[in-house]
Amino acid sequence: MAKRFDIQRMPGFKTVAAVTFVLLYMPIFLLVIYSFNAGTSIAIWEGFSWRWYVSAWDNQQVQEATVRSLIIAFWASAISTTLAVLAALATTRTPKFKGQSAVFAMINQPLMVPEIVTAVALLIFFAMIKVATGYTGLLYLIIAHTAFCIPFAYLPIRARLTGMDLALEQAAADLYAPPFRVFTRITLPQLWPGILAGAMLAFVISLDDVVITEFVKSAGQDTLPTYMLGQLRRVVTPEVNAISTVLLGISVTMVVAFTALSKLKT
Amino acid sequence: MADTSLPANATEKRAARVRWLLLAPALLVLLFAASGPLLITLVYSMLTPGDYGGVIWQPSADAWFNVVLQRDIFDDTLSWSDAHLSIFWRSVKLSLMTTVGCIIFGFPTAYFIATRPKKQRDLWMLLIIIPFWTNILIRTFAVVELIRNEGTINTVLMWSGIIDAPIQMLFTEFSILVGMIYVYLPLMVLPLYASMERLDFSLVEAGYDLYATRMKVLRRIILPLVKPGVVAGSILVFVPSLGAYVTPRVMGGGNQLMIGNLIELQFGQGRNWPLGAALSITLLAIVMVALMVYVRTAGSEEPKHG
Repeated sequence: MAKRFDIQRMPGFKTVAAVTFVLLYMPIFLLVIYSFNAGTSIAIWEGFSWRWYVSAWDNQQVQEATVRSLIIAFWASAISTTLAVLAALATTRTPKFKGQSAVFAMINQPLMVPEIVTAVALLIFFAMIKVATGYTGLLYLIIAHTAFCIPFAYLPIRARLTGMDLALEQAAADLYAPPFRVFTRITLPQLWPGILAGAMLAFVISLDDVVITEFVKSAGQDTLPTYMLGQLRRVVTPEVNAISTVLLGISVTMVVAFTALSKLKT
Repeated sequence: MADTSLPANATEKRAARVRWLLLAPALLVLLFAASGPLLITLVYSMLTPGDYGGVIWQPSADAWFNVVLQRDIFDDTLSWSDAHLSIFWRSVKLSLMTTVGCIIFGFPTAYFIATRPKKQRDLWMLLIIIPFWTNILIRTFAVVELIRNEGTINTVLMWSGIIDAPIQMLFTEFSILVGMIYVYLPLMVLPLYASMERLDFSLVEAGYDLYATRMKVLRRIILPLVKPGVVAGSILVFVPSLGAYVTPRVMGGGNQLMIGNLIELQFGQGRNWPLGAALSITLLAIVMVALMVYVRTAGSEEPKHG
């Protein structure tokens, strides 16, 4: 029998796709593998060891940068998610209102404007405030991260809210439940997968940020990514691989959990 | 709803007040740490640079002149600033090449995923999305480890005796290109896949029934139908490539600057904040033009099927 003619087949496409997937993952796999290298090289394998994880763990700069990264990511994701919930409640399921496109433009600004431009703008603005107030603490980084996390938290929450059934809320309102009660008892329980997804996305985005942090941070305020960026100028040991692997693990876990959460039925 | 007793006008007013109250906190933070600073940057681009960074509050158009021009220090004549123009040219060139590279790898990949059985597609897409959400620095660094002189590729080639001395790949335009294609590829695959998934294969079948070759089907049927995805992907790749900072910094090693690095330089060694501000606004303007072109094309090129 003649081979069936497959209308979807395109010669060579499968090969290119296979090459793409290999190229996409090979560097990451090598990075992870060499984090377990017993030697000091990132290219010559000298046996398995945990030494670089131990050395990263014992490195005081890494410890401080990790704590700082986590503090910033925690506050930035918590605040941005809260603000995003409020903003999503205000902008979904209402008829088109005056100033709507301006509001959307503002919320999406961090996605449209190149990161380096935002970074420079924040450097200029915060330098003015630093001179005026003398305050040089972590708040600048937390506010900067909060701002660029807002659209990432807003999008999944808004998507969830749009997909929700209005009937339950209407029924509650018809039964004279005050608006706040409707929100806490009806809307919030249905909305939580969206909120959690938004918060996780914001957390990962904040944890991974390099450019804005690099420009906004004061002296001695390295986060893990900016610490790594500084290290890349020197001779690189697998310690950087070990830190990368841990960060990678966090991101992958979050993304898989995020995908699972977004799939939950409304 | 609950306030039907109120006149319609008052209800509307109340709803508007509640809406803006709910929006206020988010908008305030964005005004403080996104939109506001951008306006201040615009103001800074029209001031005089201070001696140790910062600005002197004296209006000056020098920064905008210096974006593309330079004044001779001896006879005050103006000429094109070759250094800046070559950096602009490199940025545009590498961003276009990155976009083309991402299409070359991304198009067949998206097509491959879109033609898998429905249940498998999400899994394949997850494989594209995971790198997208991992740290850009880590991904860049992973490529660096591969192509540096002491890296995996050179080590393997030298060990196998194919070459005697390592090939210098890092710190060249080529390495920036490789790094950017690697980093931005998911941004191309996502919209491409979205438009290919809705591809109506009965049209492809009709093409074959009329004795079209595979090449002809690809060019005359598939490509026109997925064009919105190609345009969206190109914009999504081109825009961040143009403003790239991390990849050229790590891959270019300080010799191969792109606009992002030129901007940073003005706030570091250059100590010319107004010029840095003017360059930032220029970059922003280019990006906005690209986005506007996209909105226009996307508006007029609605997919004609489905």
